[in-house]
Amino acid sequence: MNDRIGTTRDGIVIRGARILGGEPVDILIRDGLLVEIGQGLSGGETVETVEAEGLIALPGLVDLHTHLREPGREDAETVTTGTRAAALGGYTAVHAMANTDPVADTAGVVEQVWRLGQEAGYCDVQPVGAVTVGLGGEHLAELGAMADSAAQVRVFSDDGRCVSDAVLMRRALEYVKAFDGVVAQHAQEPRLTEGAQMNEGAVSGRLGLTGWPAVAEEAIISRDCLLAAHVGSRLHICHVSTAGSVELIRWAKSKGWDVTAEVTPHHLLLTDDLVEDSPVGSYNPIYKVNPPLRTRADVEALRAALADGTIDCVATDHAPHPVEDKETEWAAAAMGMIGLETALAVVQEAMVETGLLDWAGVAERMSCAPARIGRLRGHGQPIEVGAPANLTLYDPAVRAAVDPAGYASKSRNTPYQGLTLPGRVVATFLRGRPTVLDGKLT
Amino acid sequence: MKRHLISAADLTRDDALLILDTADELAKISERSIKKLPTLRGRTVVNLFFEDSTRTRISFEAAAKRLSADVINFSAKGSSVSKGESLKDTALTLEAMGADAVVIRHGASGAPYRLAGWVRGSVVNAGDGTHEHPTQALLDAFTMRRRLGPLDGRKVTIVGDVLHSRVARSNVLLLATLGAEVTLVAPPTLFPVNVDSWPCEVSYDLDAMLPKSDVVMMLRVQRERMNAAFFPTEREYSRRYGLDRERVARMPDHAIVMHPGPMNRGMEIAAEVADSPRSTIVEQVANGVTARMAVLYLLLGGADLGGEI
Repeated sequence: MNDRIGTTRDGIVIRGARILGGEPVDILIRDGLLVEIGQGLSGGETVETVEAEGLIALPGLVDLHTHLREPGREDAETVTTGTRAAALGGYTAVHAMANTDPVADTAGVVEQVWRLGQEAGYCDVQPVGAVTVGLGGEHLAELGAMADSAAQVRVFSDDGRCVSDAVLMRRALEYVKAFDGVVAQHAQEPRLTEGAQMNEGAVSGRLGLTGWPAVAEEAIISRDCLLAAHVGSRLHICHVSTAGSVELIRWAKSKGWDVTAEVTPHHLLLTDDLVEDSPVGSYNPIYKVNPPLRTRADVEALRAALADGTIDCVATDHAPHPVEDKETEWAAAAMGMIGLETALAVVQEAMVETGLLDWAGVAERMSCAPARIGRLRGHGQPIEVGAPANLTLYDPAVRAAVDPAGYASKSRNTPYQGLTLPGRVVATFLRGRPTVLDGKLT
Repeated sequence: MKRHLISAADLTRDDALLILDTADELAKISERSIKKLPTLRGRTVVNLFFEDSTRTRISFEAAAKRLSADVINFSAKGSSVSKGESLKDTALTLEAMGADAVVIRHGASGAPYRLAGWVRGSVVNAGDGTHEHPTQALLDAFTMRRRLGPLDGRKVTIVGDVLHSRVARSNVLLLATLGAEVTLVAPPTLFPVNVDSWPCEVSYDLDAMLPKSDVVMMLRVQRERMNAAFFPTEREYSRRYGLDRERVARMPDHAIVMHPGPMNRGMEIAAEVADSPRSTIVEQVANGVTARMAVLYLLLGGADLGGEI
């Protein structure tokens, strides 16, 4: 019966939801907007009811960093399967990274991805444009054409590869100012990470895996902060993973520079010693990711930075890979983890259960801030009358073992399998239309 | 003992001593005219070699054959592996053939752990990437013990490319378990960061270590390393870290010189040192067969040795 909600009725009333964890209220949705918030709302008999007792209402989550793999690697994920996963994770908008095949470096490709998202209808897909042609790091892609396209690209990134050429990075930072764009840097000094396999430290030394030093990330972040300051541009730093990076970003922000940063859920929870010993064995590439899992001290620094706003937002870096790309020896395996369907649970575990963030803080870091950074209209707005009805209803009280069997993502490379995590996304509304109800896709 | 031997850390002190004592017993057999034991008759040992290593492969092959096991040599060259078959598919193939033990040499660190998840037989690590080579450490310890007696308190200096050496990792772990005091010597570029967390000492000064060493073990240093700026030139490496006659003269009279092979004569070790009476290099090869016999014997649960020798 629920599958008709929002289609045949002329409105939905959500009963007893705790907005950002506050007192229970009713929320009336009509025509894709929040039209009334208060006690004892009815909205008339043509309005469908969603019981939300005990559930927390958050603005629909926004991901700044998703790999949807289409076009090119539809065996790992498609726009449809990826956005279904996103909806189940409580997301109403995702930024699709540019490292597809063909690369999203032209207006044609970004419009294609944008349109695929519209057609799928599970959440808004906002394409990220490549900074350089083919992610080659040599020539600027037609950033303006992508910005002016139907997809209205505002975030540009060569993610997966670092824009390591300092002059090219400077030009990109300058150029996107014309359309209020932002360059999202994958900070990885290439020469310092040739053949790198995991965080360089005690564990990599014991395991004989080529180390991925923290300085390779930090050197690029410091350079790019200085460049952004020099040319007065906006810089966003992808998947910050080290304590040193946090210190550099804190310093850049203290100067008043327009620098923002994201952290992934997995870097808030997991550490590099899992490569040596874990419930799924030693050297299991399920833990292989770029940037690599770091140490407990880094995790603590990242949590503190997300709590105090030094890191602006959580971004999943959802990176689906087919089974055969992970069921290999470590060095041969692909880098990346899926994360859309577990992000909120991991953030609850790492940030809320530890007292570092309240639910208002979660809403800011997982919805408002990423929408702001991506200049995404209609998302990440406060839950108040007149706002678009992009909402997530979340039950923080349950705990369950992670089981990827039922995931909507095409891939199963989750590092959390077997862990017990809190919370469950019960419903997701995209402009008033439920994409998820009772924890299931509509 | 654990079912697999992948890291020297898998061995307790009792395990390690049992292997060495068993090897001592087995060594007596190689002095007989008939060197073969019926112990592993009907058992299958697969040598799965993804990297060329003739000496390690024939050492394992000889060990298995002297215990009467059936030996299948599976080399990556000319096999389905070079056609892109995955490690997992290879493992499933071996599993279907009923391998009781798989001896694996692989260029990727940790590959034996992955293999162990896909096969029922025992996995023996014959060298994985830059991780470990535990049977090399066992044969080295066996060699030291036969020359010097119990290893407790013995001072072992290991010199060379620690960063990329599986031999060094396994030796540090096993020798610490056996109570020896290990010092690693290398240029700072050839140590992993955080090497101070290893159960050993670290030095950049070979000459300072020589008079205090009971064992000096030289590691192979690949000439290509200088292209990645780990050291400036071969000659500079040799001058600072090579073992020549002058340096050997500063070692105590009883001290021995070891090298896991293959050597770069004239680079990390002078030819006259390699061929000197202090050198155990040839013994190490012979002891390799014996130590590997002991490992296969114990992992595959051979019958009581007492009645057979």
